[in-house]
Amino acid sequence: MSSFGLNRRHLLLAGAAMSLDMTLPAALRAAPRRGGILTAVLWPAPQTLTAAATTAGTEMLVSAKIFDGLCGYDFDMRPQPLLAESWDISADGLRMRFNLRKGVRWHDGTPFTSKDVAFSLLKVWKVLHGRGRSTFADVTEVQTPDDTTAVFVLKRPAPAIMKALFSAESQILPAHLYDGTDILQNPFNLKPVGTGPYKFVSFERGDNLVLARNEDYWDKELPYVDRFVFRFVPDAATRAAMLESSQAQIVPNGLLNAPDITRLGKLPDIELESRGYEHSCGMQLMDFNLDNPHLANLKVRQALAHAIDRNWILRNVWSNFGKAATGPIHVKQTDFYTTEGVPAYPYDIKKAEALLDEAGFKRGAGGVRFTITIDPLPYGDEPLRAAEYIREQCRRIGIAMTVRTQDFGAFVKRVYTDRDFDINIVSASTTADPTIGVQRFYWSKNFIKGVAFSNGSHYANPEVDALLEAAQTELDASKRRDLFVRFQRIAMADLPSLPLVFNDRVTVTRKTLRDHTVGGVGPFDSQSKAWLAA
Amino acid sequence: MSGSPALSYFVRRLSQAVLVMFVVVLGNFLLIQLAPGDLVDVLGGTTDLSPEQALALRQRYGLDQPLWMQFLHYAGNLLHFDLGFSPRQGAPVVNVLLERLPTTLALVFLSLFLSVAIGTAVGVLAARRAGTLADFGLSLVVLLFYATPSFIIALLLILGFSVYLPWLPSAGLSTPGMDLEGFAKLSDIGRHFILPVIALSTFYTAIYGRLSRAAMLEVLSQDFIRTARAKGVPERGLLWRHALRNALMPIVTMAGLQVSSLLGGAVLIETVFGLPGIGRTAFDAVMERDTNMLLGVLFMSSLGVVCVNLLVDLLYRLVDPRVELA
Repeated sequence: MSSFGLNRRHLLLAGAAMSLDMTLPAALRAAPRRGGILTAVLWPAPQTLTAAATTAGTEMLVSAKIFDGLCGYDFDMRPQPLLAESWDISADGLRMRFNLRKGVRWHDGTPFTSKDVAFSLLKVWKVLHGRGRSTFADVTEVQTPDDTTAVFVLKRPAPAIMKALFSAESQILPAHLYDGTDILQNPFNLKPVGTGPYKFVSFERGDNLVLARNEDYWDKELPYVDRFVFRFVPDAATRAAMLESSQAQIVPNGLLNAPDITRLGKLPDIELESRGYEHSCGMQLMDFNLDNPHLANLKVRQALAHAIDRNWILRNVWSNFGKAATGPIHVKQTDFYTTEGVPAYPYDIKKAEALLDEAGFKRGAGGVRFTITIDPLPYGDEPLRAAEYIREQCRRIGIAMTVRTQDFGAFVKRVYTDRDFDINIVSASTTADPTIGVQRFYWSKNFIKGVAFSNGSHYANPEVDALLEAAQTELDASKRRDLFVRFQRIAMADLPSLPLVFNDRVTVTRKTLRDHTVGGVGPFDSQSKAWLAA
Repeated sequence: MSGSPALSYFVRRLSQAVLVMFVVVLGNFLLIQLAPGDLVDVLGGTTDLSPEQALALRQRYGLDQPLWMQFLHYAGNLLHFDLGFSPRQGAPVVNVLLERLPTTLALVFLSLFLSVAIGTAVGVLAARRAGTLADFGLSLVVLLFYATPSFIIALLLILGFSVYLPWLPSAGLSTPGMDLEGFAKLSDIGRHFILPVIALSTFYTAIYGRLSRAAMLEVLSQDFIRTARAKGVPERGLLWRHALRNALMPIVTMAGLQVSSLLGGAVLIETVFGLPGIGRTAFDAVMERDTNMLLGVLFMSSLGVVCVNLLVDLLYRLVDPRVELA
């Protein structure tokens, strides 16, 4: 804990003050004010305005304002009623019944019905969505006995579904506009018709998106702001300047440089919020290519784990926004996370050297044991900075490491198609449920050439496969936790990948913007309760 | 040879232009193939495509075809003035270009105009007072602008005039969501252009400043100036009419050459100021391996450069009637 700097403490205090505010009786809290234009700055610019068939970040964030999901989520990622007013799941987990809100209309006036849910699940999420394919893989049918009842029928229980029903992740499209069309090319992808609190007004490709208050929203009170405007700005320093000069009120999703976030957090009119990313649980992971003869040796991987100080990386590369990683499951996946019995590999250069000696890789000419490459994901500067640190640490233990840089397309091809790499660093969103977000890196059946962010290390352990597959369908919460606890122990003992950092993403806002983060989906939910103080 | 020399001149320049454009298209087509990974790799990396979806997309965009087939297909379409479809933008390339070209053209030509005007004026004044403190001061400022990269100037301008003095917007083309009309809309767009145009023109202003100072000094030392002065031509007329007109040739040449490098500079400026122009589009197209989009931008800009060079040749005649089109 001593490693937490001032900035981190500031953030925690801000968080504490915020949750205090949440617990006050409604009457004591400032009454939300109607009106105003809320401007958010994002990057990259969206290619499409629905996220029903994509896992790209901006698309998820903006479309969630226009489309409501079946459920909202609290900060513990427990589902809350939204378009589904209530639900019950049969004891065997094979029937999930959702009672839909009555009187909800699409922005074009057509009533929203269970047919829309059935269509979206069976023809969009299950077929076209990157994560939806696995989340909803076991749903065989969606029954629609009447307009406000949708029943998912499953061939095996799938507890992860209940964590994935927010709009950004599982977006309901209007069947009357999409059924029977080429969904990816449908013209309504660029002039979306949703059920959410904000309606589409205009979209200037690459520059801005304007939404307006939905006057017919089912909750007559909401939303509070008249307009919700998104600006797409490629340069992070410009994004910071826009927030600082009140041209925007919110920059979500950690889209500012870490030093800028630290600096802005000290300004009187600006505040930081690190909650609201419980649904995404971002982390940094270093894959060892197990097809490499050096890295196939467990002692070498252990040596590398001992030689890399994860706390140093957290402090110096990620400016303390997060925690040093301890295993494959993110600390915010609280139902499953553990350190108990999980091998820890504390920072110890001497031990690393001893392990390499034991492995039979003695120092040769110039003190070098062997040479190796590292490919950091070109997504922001941080993975590259971490790779440079790791190179220096490797030099100390006699491993000559080369840092290679390339752009995104070249990285994906090198690692996942050509498999022409030794070690990589990837940034992963591990979502709210390990079955959806973590399994893909460790499951031997997900070693698929050509698929980005699959099992990059080529790890295959039948015991791990069995645990992960059992957890997919286990309904009993404590048994499911137990499966993931055992998984974490084995994954860290086998060490096909070394988790580096559990990231905290940060939302930076002007203090005039209130209630922008009300649950674990944070800026990725509809933000219908957000309001601008005078 | 029949016809006027001007006509045969145009025919020759036109055939040169066609050749240049062909080489540009072929060269860039091959260059982007050298970058590892294709469109679908990038798309798959951001949206988790299954192998079947990736294959289907490659088939849809013809990426599964051999390279020479892809090129022939592209070149064939080009002959029909069809620039193809941009999968990343989800629209025909020509639509995206037409949407974004005005922004870049406005940025580039306003900057060109500003830098030639200010640069020449500064150069003339410095030459007029060569060797004095004023000349030294101007040259120092010019050198500073010459040496500072435009994106740093851009960030400093944002800090100065949008953060500390909240006078001007720091990004985008307009203020979205305001529903402005008529003059209010125009002035809103104008305000968004002020900082980018200044940022892009500083470096070029410095170049024209140095260039025109040197050219003026050379002209001012020539005999006809002494004659004019002896004749009693007032100093101001001498400077701006007699000397400057003769010093303009290198400036016009430089301006013509620099339209293309201004386009390059526009990539940076459009990035910092978040302007959706074609410089930025080209950069994104490279990163996303969007071959059609990139080739479209390069085709369009080489067309522009060829046209500007023709224009410069005509300008030579205007500036110096002794020059003949041949």
